[in-house]
Amino acid sequence: MSALTREETQALIQEVLEVYPDKAKKDRAKHLAVNDPTLEQSKKCITSNRKSLPGVMTIRGCSYAGSKGVVWGPIKDIVHISHGPVGCGQYSRAGRRNYYVGMTGVNTFGTMNFTSDFQEKDIVFGGDKKLDKIISEIDLLFPLAKGISVQSECPIGLIGDDIEAVSKKKAKELKKPIIPVRCEGFRGVSQSLGHHIANDSIRDWVIPNRDHDQSFVTTPYDVAIIGDYNIGGDAWSSRILLEEMGLRVVAQWAGDGTLSEMELTPKVKLSLIHCYRSVNYIARHLEEQYGIPWMEYNFFGPTKIAESLRAIAARFDETIQANAERVIAKYQAEYEAVVAKYRPRLEGKRVMLYVGGLRPRHIIGAYEDLGMEVVGTGYEFAHNDDYDRTLKDMGDSTLLYDDVTGYELEAFVKRIKPDLVGSGIKEKYVFQKMGIPFRQMHSWDYSGPYHGYDGFAIFARDMDMTINNPCWKNMKAPWQK
Amino acid sequence: MAMRQCAIYGKGGIGKSTTTQNLVAGLAEAGKKVMIVGCDPKADSTRLILHAKAQETIMHLAAEAGSVEDLELEDVLRAGYAGIKCVESGGPEPGVGCAGRGVITAINFLEEEGAYEEDLDFVFYDVLGDVVCGGFAMPIRENKAQEIYIVVSGEMMAMYAANNISKGIVKYASSGSVRLAGLICNSRNTAREDELIIELARQLGTTMVHFVPRDNIVQRAEIRRMTVIEYDPKSKQADEYRELAQKIIHNKNFVVPTPITMDELEDLLMKFGLMDEEDESIVGKTAAEEACAV
Repeated sequence: MSALTREETQALIQEVLEVYPDKAKKDRAKHLAVNDPTLEQSKKCITSNRKSLPGVMTIRGCSYAGSKGVVWGPIKDIVHISHGPVGCGQYSRAGRRNYYVGMTGVNTFGTMNFTSDFQEKDIVFGGDKKLDKIISEIDLLFPLAKGISVQSECPIGLIGDDIEAVSKKKAKELKKPIIPVRCEGFRGVSQSLGHHIANDSIRDWVIPNRDHDQSFVTTPYDVAIIGDYNIGGDAWSSRILLEEMGLRVVAQWAGDGTLSEMELTPKVKLSLIHCYRSVNYIARHLEEQYGIPWMEYNFFGPTKIAESLRAIAARFDETIQANAERVIAKYQAEYEAVVAKYRPRLEGKRVMLYVGGLRPRHIIGAYEDLGMEVVGTGYEFAHNDDYDRTLKDMGDSTLLYDDVTGYELEAFVKRIKPDLVGSGIKEKYVFQKMGIPFRQMHSWDYSGPYHGYDGFAIFARDMDMTINNPCWKNMKAPWQK
Repeated sequence: MAMRQCAIYGKGGIGKSTTTQNLVAGLAEAGKKVMIVGCDPKADSTRLILHAKAQETIMHLAAEAGSVEDLELEDVLRAGYAGIKCVESGGPEPGVGCAGRGVITAINFLEEEGAYEEDLDFVFYDVLGDVVCGGFAMPIRENKAQEIYIVVSGEMMAMYAANNISKGIVKYASSGSVRLAGLICNSRNTAREDELIIELARQLGTTMVHFVPRDNIVQRAEIRRMTVIEYDPKSKQADEYRELAQKIIHNKNFVVPTPITMDELEDLLMKFGLMDEEDESIVGKTAAEEACAV
């Protein structure tokens, strides 16, 4: 690779750490590492899921973001109340591009903001009565909502409102699931705890709902897609591959998901986990409680797609396995054409990523299919099991950065000089102004889908039009030429 | 004379509200203009002055009106005995919401509405027993009460609370002008109570402002929702409160307290016979175990 040697990368980390005071330096040093693919466990090289340092610019979110924004928010046919002051709900509204089908405001509610809009008096006297009232109003105004989730903002936990009691009472009264979620933003070190809390609330308030109802007719080919948020239509371009293979996707959530699909999940034969970080908790529960095995898969780029399709098919009979080969063969001409068109334009380009749940490792294969190399990657809120899964996918001596600070990412990019940076909206303009091509890899920069064979074509086009955009040759002002 | 703002703290049930209202009645009788700000969701800090429990607290009126911005000062301010101005922050019933936030909101409202700009000599904040959160420390933050009086008795837990409150004052004294102004002993008729509180005050770096003896006339007046000074101005107890009022008018002894350690407090209690010498051999032993050992 054209990038740095192990010693150079190590020296770069030291150089970047140099500006910190001793205590901060010691802490941040644990979160920065030079990759060694021969390691089996990431705990030997990197620390993660720790509190961010005060004073640094971290890119993390909060528990509420993890629950309302990620796990619960995309469930389209139930209303999610952002319970507390208005800002959390309003500023997280519809920003994640979780596509769904339905009539918004009639039978689906994905892009709407429901909030209890807390005022001073609600803090002082408690918000339970108000919650009771707005649940009734929601039921009256939106009778097709299949249920309601109560997403707690910080003050709910501070003043000790009993949202569980209100939820139980209203669920009985309205005969709909009302799900209290204790995802107050101050809990935990990042959005990661919010995922866990959301998973636990799904486990307690949704998954057992049809335990005693055997009316659903199952087949041996029933699977659930869990942890695909359908950003720009990702889940749709994924499920068609599974369906073409002869599997029946009984449930797909949270992207374009429904309460009914979540309730039917315990009836499937296999859980397919896309974003491991945000849904591994519920996958484990389904395994322990219902004996449903789970597996991770990766639908970014033809290499990983073929690997995943075969691995999934291996869990079923020969018919499905043969079907998997047929599906791969069917799309072969299509993806080979994509590679033939874009690889010559992208060959050898170097990428640095800094994203959330699964992308810092999952997208690597798609870049490699285009002849590109990911030379640095990191997660906002990963745990070490995520890094365990990352070591093998990254090249030797590449850079790993956990909960990277604004300063560190900038310093690394300046030195490594990648051809592309993939990260979030807050990073985008910093790097673009530095003259470095950038893709917003949380919401695919208003593009997508990137999953599946259909998504790969769009992914390749987007990377090409970003990296090879003529604007980068015109970064110098005319009077400075 | 510049307006003096005083806050009364002390263990729950020690008699803060009763002492404050009787003291304020004494100040008013001496010609001082006084306002009482009740900082307790129970809203019973002005009952003896108004002859009624104030139903119209700031927070309840604000909840009815929509928000505190919709209120006017005259909606919440009531004048009682001898023209004493009374206001209650109010707050939620026990077990819900955030009473501390209620105190913060109420005091901010009073400031913004200029309640303190009137021609007042004294403002007294009567605060809920335990300073359980930042809200109940609101009266002693910057630009509020500068003088803290702690109501205490010769009972162990009351003294323990007084020491803890002193710790809180130290915290705010370092960043502002709040000072401990003294202990007021509301007697429970325990043995050598006056000496004990004088000694505690000395160790905390302050003084016992006054020893208020126990007298049933306080309860008799209270049943009538009156202060002793109003109910029976000629009684001996009324004179005690007048004396307390005079002492506070002339008090200039404002200090950053020197709270004592748990060991020092226990030593003090042992010295006055409120506590036995600690016997390590009995720690954690049940009655049954002790019986076996004998």
